[in-house]
Amino acid sequence: MDRPIRVLVAKPGLDGHDRGAKVVARALRDAGMEVIYTGLRQTPEQIVAAAIQEDVDVVAMSILSGAHNHLFPKVVNLLREQGVDDVLILGGGVIPEDDIPGLKEAGVEAIFTPGTSTKDIVEYIQTHIKR
Amino acid sequence: MFDEKKIEEIKAGRENWENGKVKKAIDKFPERKEKFTTSSGFEVKRLYTPEDIEDFDYNEKLGYPGQYPFTRGVQPTMYRGRLWTMRQYAGFATAEESNKRYKYLLEQGQTGLSVAFDLPTQIGYDSDHALSEGEVGKVGVAIDSLKDMEILFDGIPLDKVSTSMTINAPASVLLAMYIAVAEKQGVSKDKLRGTIQNDILKEYIARGTYIFPPEPSMRLITDIFEYCSKEVPKWNTISISGYHIREAGSTAAQEVAFTLADGIAYVEAALKAGLDVDDFAPRLSFFFNAHNNLLEEVAKFRAARRIWANIMKNRFQAKKEKSMMLKFHTQTAGSTLTAQQPDNNIIRVTIQTLAAVLGGTQSLHTNSRDEALALPTEESVRIALRTQQIVGYESGVTDTIDPLAGSYYIESLTDKIEEEAMRYIETIDELGGAPKAIAKGYIQKEIQNSSYKYQMAVEAQEEIVVGVNKFQIEEEQHKDILRVDPEVERLQREKLSQLRKQRDNEKVDESLKKLGKAAEGEENLMPFILEAVKTYATLGEICDVLREVFGEYEQSVIL
Repeated sequence: MDRPIRVLVAKPGLDGHDRGAKVVARALRDAGMEVIYTGLRQTPEQIVAAAIQEDVDVVAMSILSGAHNHLFPKVVNLLREQGVDDVLILGGGVIPEDDIPGLKEAGVEAIFTPGTSTKDIVEYIQTHIKR
Repeated sequence: MFDEKKIEEIKAGRENWENGKVKKAIDKFPERKEKFTTSSGFEVKRLYTPEDIEDFDYNEKLGYPGQYPFTRGVQPTMYRGRLWTMRQYAGFATAEESNKRYKYLLEQGQTGLSVAFDLPTQIGYDSDHALSEGEVGKVGVAIDSLKDMEILFDGIPLDKVSTSMTINAPASVLLAMYIAVAEKQGVSKDKLRGTIQNDILKEYIARGTYIFPPEPSMRLITDIFEYCSKEVPKWNTISISGYHIREAGSTAAQEVAFTLADGIAYVEAALKAGLDVDDFAPRLSFFFNAHNNLLEEVAKFRAARRIWANIMKNRFQAKKEKSMMLKFHTQTAGSTLTAQQPDNNIIRVTIQTLAAVLGGTQSLHTNSRDEALALPTEESVRIALRTQQIVGYESGVTDTIDPLAGSYYIESLTDKIEEEAMRYIETIDELGGAPKAIAKGYIQKEIQNSSYKYQMAVEAQEEIVVGVNKFQIEEEQHKDILRVDPEVERLQREKLSQLRKQRDNEKVDESLKKLGKAAEGEENLMPFILEAVKTYATLGEICDVLREVFGEYEQSVIL
C-alpha cells in the first residue's frame, strides 16, 4: 500500500467523553496515519456515510456511556449492508469484559479498554489492516 | 514576613547545605528524576524555605476564614462547625430505582442528594426519540416528564434535603419540575435548597451535553439567575465547573483559569441582562476536581478562592461579601481511576478526599473503586462514602482551619497557580472572553495539548500509574459490576406513551405555544417553562419548542 492508512475516529451516540478519542486520533496521526475525527453525537448512519465518503481503512469508535452493545453492532451491520467488508472496525471506552466476546462476534475486531497504550493501538492497526 | 537579615542568613544556610550535604548525597545516590514537576508543569524544588515567600503579606494574601480574600476558607469556623456535605452523585435506570438508591444513601448518613440524569435527559430528548436508543437510563436516571420527577423524589421531603442536579442545557426544565414536585409536597419555593449545574460553557469546552447556541443558552441561564433571586432565594443557580475541564485533561492551573474565565462570562452576561451583581453573585457556586497531586490540589483550591474574590471585588465591584466567596463542590478525579486492580482506587480516592478537605470544599462526591469498569455497585458506593466519613471523623484534619497554610511550599504553589491562571484569564480577555475563546477553539486546544502530553508521559513511564504501567498483575475478570437492564428503555417508553394518552393534551399544546412565543420575545422564560411542566409536557417537547426558536449548537471539531 503506498498511501497512508486512513482512519475514521468516531463518537457514536450521545456520550460527550472525547478525551480518549482525541488522544487516540492524535497518536494515530503522529504515527503517520491520516485521521478524520467526526466530533460528538454521531448516528451509526452518519458514521457509515463518513467512512464510505472518506474511503477509510479503519473505523475506530469510542463510547463511555454504556451504549456500546447497541451502537457498535449497528455500525458494523450498516457497513455490511453497504457492501463494505474490508474495513477494520475497532471499539474503545468503558466496556465491561463480559461484553467483549459479543462485540467481537458482531464484527468489532478489537476492543481497547481504559489503560491501553496508544502504541498498542497503532501496532494493532498496522498489523491487522485489511487492505 | 521575614526581615532581610534573617532571609540572608537562611539563604546562606541553604547554599551551605546544598553545596555540602546535598551534593555529597547526590554524588552517591542521584535523585529519582532530573526534574520534578507538578501537573501544571511547575518545577518542584528540593526544598522550600522562607526565601520562597519572602515578600509574603499575610493579611493581603490569606486573611481570615470567612473574610476577604477567603484564601483560608469561606466560613468562619469551617469544619469545626459542620463537616462538608457528603453528596454522592447517583442515578440510573428508572425513577423508581434511583429513588431507592437515594433513600439508601440517606439512610447511610449521606447529607445531600445529587442527581445523575441519563444522556437523553441531559440533551433534551424523550426516551422514545430515535437518538435515545441504547442510552436510556444508562449514565443516570431517565426523566421525561413531571411524572418521573414525582416518583424520583417520592417520600423524600424537599424542605429537608438539599439536592444537586447535574443538568445543563435543559436546566430550567428540570428546576421547574423540582419546584412543581415541591409544590405538590406542600413545600414552597423559598424553602428549596440545592444546585443546578447550568454551566453551558464547559459543555462546549469539555462535557458535550449542549443543545442550543451560546447566545440563547446564556439567556436561559440569566433568566434562571433572575427568577431564582426573587422566587427561589436559597437555590444555587449555577455550578461553574472545572471538574470536566480537568477530566478532559487540563492541568490544575488550567482548571482554575478556564473555570473562572467561564465565571466571568456568566457575570458579564447577567450584568448585560440588567441584573445587579449583588443580587445574583451570592448564588454562584463552583465545582472542582480533586486529583492525586495532593499539595498542588490544596494550593489550587486556595488560589481559586483568592482569585475569584479579587475578580468580584475589583473587576465587578461587588459589595456584598457573599458575592466574593467562591463556594465549591468537589468530586474526586474519575480519570485517575484504573480498570486494573480496581481496589487501588480506594486509596486514590482517599488522597483526593484529603485534597478536597484540606482545600476547604463545601461538599464532596467520592468516586467508587469500580467506576472505570461500569456504574458503581451499592457496596462500592458505601466504601466511597465511608472514605469521606473516615477523613471527616477520624483523621483530625478537620479540627483546625486550613491547616497547611504557612507551608513554604503550599504558599509558593498557591501563588504560582494564581499567576498562571491570571495569565490565562488575561489571554482569554484579549480573545474577547470565554465564549469567543471557545468559538476559536483556544481553550479546547490548550486542554488537548495537556491531555496528550500526559498520555505520552505515561507511555514513556515518566508518569507512573500503579497497576497500569508499573506493578501490573494478571487479573481475573471483574464479575461483580452493575448493569442497567435493557428492559428499562422499553418500560420508560411505555410509561411515556401512556402519559401522552392520559394527560390533557390541549393544555399541553397551549402551554407550549405560549412558551414558544415568549422565547421569540425577551420575557423571562422560567414561568412559562414551569407552566408547561405542570401540564405534563415532556422534556423533549419543551426543548423542541426552544430548538425551533433558538436553533441548535454546532460543535467546532478541534483536533
